[in-house]
Amino acid sequence: MTDIQDKKLTEFDDNDQHPVGFGRMLRKEDARLLRGRGRFVDDVQLPGMLHLAILRSPFAHANIVSIDTSAAEASPGVKAVVTGETLKGLGLAWMPTLSNDVQAVLATDRVRFQGQEVAFVVAEDRYQARDALELIDVEYDVLEPVVDVRKALDPDAPVIRTDLEGKTDNHVFDWETGDEEETNRVFASADVIVKEDIVYPRVHPAPMETCGSVADFDPVEGRLRLWSTTQAPHAHRTLYAIVAGIPEHKIQVIAPDIGGGFGNKVPIYPGYVHSIVGSIVTGKPVKWMEDRSENLISTGFARDYIMRAEIAATAEGRILAIRTNVLADHGAFNGTAAPVKYPAGFFGVFTGSYDIQAAHCKMTAVYTNKAPGGVAYACSFRITEAVYLVERIVDALAYELRMDPAELRLKNFIQPEQFPYTTKTGWVYDSGNYEPTMRLAMEMAGYEELRKEQELKRARGELMGIGISFFTEAVGAGPRKNMDILGLGMADGCELRVHPTGKAVVRLSVKTQGQGHETTFAQIIAEELGIPPADIDVLHGDTDNTPFGLGTYGSRSTPVSGAAAALVARKVRDKAKLIASAMLEVSVADLDWVKGAFQVKGDPGRSVTIQEIAFRAHGAGDLPDGVEGGLEAQICYNPSNLTYPHGAYICVVDIDPGTAEVKVRRFIAVDDCGTRINPMIIEGQVHGGLTDGVGMALMEMISFDEDGNCLGASLMDYLIPTALEVPDWETGYTVTPSPHHPIGAKGIGESATVGSPPAIVNAVVDALKPFGIRHADMPLTPSRVWDAMRGQATPPI
Amino acid sequence: MQVPAPFEYERATSVDQAIGLLERLGSSARLVAGGHSLLPMMKLRLANFEYLIDINDLHAELGYIRLSDDEVRIGAMTRHRELLESDVLAGVFPIFRDAEKVIADPIVRNRGTLGGSLCQADPSEDLSAVCTTLDASCVIRGPGGSERVVTMEEFHVGPYETAVADNEILTEVRIPRKTFRVGSAYAKVERRAGDWAVVSAGAAVWLDQGRIVDARVGLAAVGPNTTGIPEISAALRGHEPDESLFELAGAIAARSCEPVTDTRGSADYKRHLADELTRRTLRKAVERARS
Repeated sequence: MTDIQDKKLTEFDDNDQHPVGFGRMLRKEDARLLRGRGRFVDDVQLPGMLHLAILRSPFAHANIVSIDTSAAEASPGVKAVVTGETLKGLGLAWMPTLSNDVQAVLATDRVRFQGQEVAFVVAEDRYQARDALELIDVEYDVLEPVVDVRKALDPDAPVIRTDLEGKTDNHVFDWETGDEEETNRVFASADVIVKEDIVYPRVHPAPMETCGSVADFDPVEGRLRLWSTTQAPHAHRTLYAIVAGIPEHKIQVIAPDIGGGFGNKVPIYPGYVHSIVGSIVTGKPVKWMEDRSENLISTGFARDYIMRAEIAATAEGRILAIRTNVLADHGAFNGTAAPVKYPAGFFGVFTGSYDIQAAHCKMTAVYTNKAPGGVAYACSFRITEAVYLVERIVDALAYELRMDPAELRLKNFIQPEQFPYTTKTGWVYDSGNYEPTMRLAMEMAGYEELRKEQELKRARGELMGIGISFFTEAVGAGPRKNMDILGLGMADGCELRVHPTGKAVVRLSVKTQGQGHETTFAQIIAEELGIPPADIDVLHGDTDNTPFGLGTYGSRSTPVSGAAAALVARKVRDKAKLIASAMLEVSVADLDWVKGAFQVKGDPGRSVTIQEIAFRAHGAGDLPDGVEGGLEAQICYNPSNLTYPHGAYICVVDIDPGTAEVKVRRFIAVDDCGTRINPMIIEGQVHGGLTDGVGMALMEMISFDEDGNCLGASLMDYLIPTALEVPDWETGYTVTPSPHHPIGAKGIGESATVGSPPAIVNAVVDALKPFGIRHADMPLTPSRVWDAMRGQATPPI
Repeated sequence: MQVPAPFEYERATSVDQAIGLLERLGSSARLVAGGHSLLPMMKLRLANFEYLIDINDLHAELGYIRLSDDEVRIGAMTRHRELLESDVLAGVFPIFRDAEKVIADPIVRNRGTLGGSLCQADPSEDLSAVCTTLDASCVIRGPGGSERVVTMEEFHVGPYETAVADNEILTEVRIPRKTFRVGSAYAKVERRAGDWAVVSAGAAVWLDQGRIVDARVGLAAVGPNTTGIPEISAALRGHEPDESLFELAGAIAARSCEPVTDTRGSADYKRHLADELTRRTLRKAVERARS
């Protein structure tokens, strides 16, 4: 690890190169966020605003016998106490989830996970609201919970979803992809088959800002304004219209500054609906802001896949086929956020970066008495699980073949000339050039020297491990022909307006939660129009003044909205060209675009800048025939395919043989996200994702006791890594542009979260090779590593 | 935001005034020093007190590290940061600096106190293990200026329970000094920087003519309270320290503790750590005593 004294502070000197277009520049939003001028949901203060607190179930599974709210109603400052019975009367007790299931807004009959919403109090301040919760008397009849996912489908397992008519088991869905028969055939003829049971435990995104909302319903206008922590304001508006019956044009959803989302802020949570109901009932604005424990126990978790992985190969290390059987824990309600036709998200990319002959996946999803969710924590719609599966089983294969894991991967990569490449599960990888990325990572790591060092250390009894992961992601959902959420196509709108003085405003349908949209999108417009990023305002998050689109998650902002921004700028440029031709009195064909200006071909002295054109577009004097005044355009972009970024990660760990503590010594991350818009922002995204990876690999897990009590209800119990657990990240890049994206960019937001856990786990398992270890499940806490060292590794659940 | 139940709050101006308040309010009141354990418990409503008596203004009176020939006296309001940064203390008992380096984070260390740590009586608490290792005694003051001195074993009555009565305050910790060469060390295994110990161990060794005159080991997080292990002291006294002796001590530590399986680790692993860390800290303590 680098000591702070060794760190060259000058290495950041070139971070602001003031590009007019792509390049390193400081984030436009940072001044506001760093100087306390950010405006988050909890900063919203409205006249007469009331505060809401939620009573949650202490039990994982129980029938509600009775609720007595009289003492709470009499408590000082309390304006309303609402229970499931109240909502039932309004037809609002249940709401649809993003996966076509339903979820209780407030429990009516029964509670189905610890932390489920049972009642809420609206009071004059948040303290009164919280104190009044203590006065609500709920009588529960405790039921046996379903905690062990492996037993959820047992014939005698208690049925959780008694609210669903005719439901007699805890089955959610079965899903299958690939060709079973062909895969079995290939397996039958393979020299080597390696099988491993791999668990990706339940984790939680734990954004710094918890979820919350401020609802302000105007009974006279019938208008609802809702400030909320949402990554998808437009999609939420449509859903509120459907759930609450308020006409869509009377709903304004505002996502102000968001303190981290990671998919945790994609679903609609009951609390948001409570604040709306609270405002309707009291006639006042109502604020709800959940606390840390509420966030951890009740909002969207991630992963929770139990995967049996099998890989077939020749004796020489040619990978032939991969198959897997997955048991997915979806919690008490199927609240997964994924395109409708993809109940398992994009798990189908589990064939990874390898050219293989056959693949097959079978999956069963079940209900348990745990919080709903599943798709979150920068997982790229379950690609995290898919990449972990394939990169872990490939390493297990290398172990069995006694092959170097880098060599095994290099031997099996899809070759550059094979792109676009259709996988055995039907995904069309748009572009890729894997070997140079892998070689660069190995070169940066000094791979050969590391292996030599490892050999020397092993001889001395020291435990050093080198782990590799190579991933291909599928991001940028998605083509509307086959991707929608609750019927809403996954396209994105964008509007661009250039003001008379040449300054511009671009309005996005996506919404940053920290990714740097206000900078990145200004740079895209700058690159296309030659207007400096400082002169471009990026508006987003407010449904009243941005175009419709499905929001920011799954690394989709740059692939979808980024394309929309480039294309809308080109539309403006096309119009500017017509105006320029009139200003310069030459035909359109005689104009060249040099960034920021049109000039007459062969006569560089005669040109007009985009700013001059903008003034003319709004000014006096005639415009060419058929050209309207103003300089603006709008677009709705429907991507033709996903984009497929890739990367090669190498992790070096040291394990203390006496205490089994794992220290991540080095981490080399080479990412290829196509065209790089702002390398500084990309590196920041990668640093964050790698840190997530250290957390998941080494310490994070939402676990439950046998009664279904959540054991990760605070940040003292649910550990997330700090700067002291991570090394000085070593990042590198290659560039393989997306052929179908207007600027060749691919998504990057989730690559590191997806790619890093297998690299770290592979490194730990590699370090434990002297003990004959081929696999150990996350989280690799000292205690679990010590178990593994003694050949007693156990799954975490 | 997590909010505690309603409570009344008063700032004490002197130790005796604080004792007066305690006497009047009884068990419904609680002293708050650094507050880094108490306030989270109150926010989670695991602890509910009607009154909080803030003793941070007593730092001038109770914040000190005084070295004399026969003992070190540390005021109960001495903050973690002061313990960490004291060269005088590190010169005599480096175990303090070892421990403070791995206690929580700078924000907690800026405010948390020695007395608060001991009175919280968390079985995983580091300074309790340090004080146990060093055979410290605790000075408890009560009404009318009465004072009593108890050993660490007497001080800790059980998990989260101490010998300090409702109308008393821990004012000082006293650590005896002996005329022999002394070395001490602390080691902790944690899942993440700033986390509570999975297991931690402290060791102190006094040498005369190369032989162990006395040796003490204190463990945290492997039983109801951080208690010393007399059997280790007995086994080590009179011997010249070597690896086999450390191994013996480790084995005694492992079999003498009572860890439980929880999210920090299995009981078996903790037992193993008790052994491993006992050996490590004894080795280090001897190395320091010799240097």
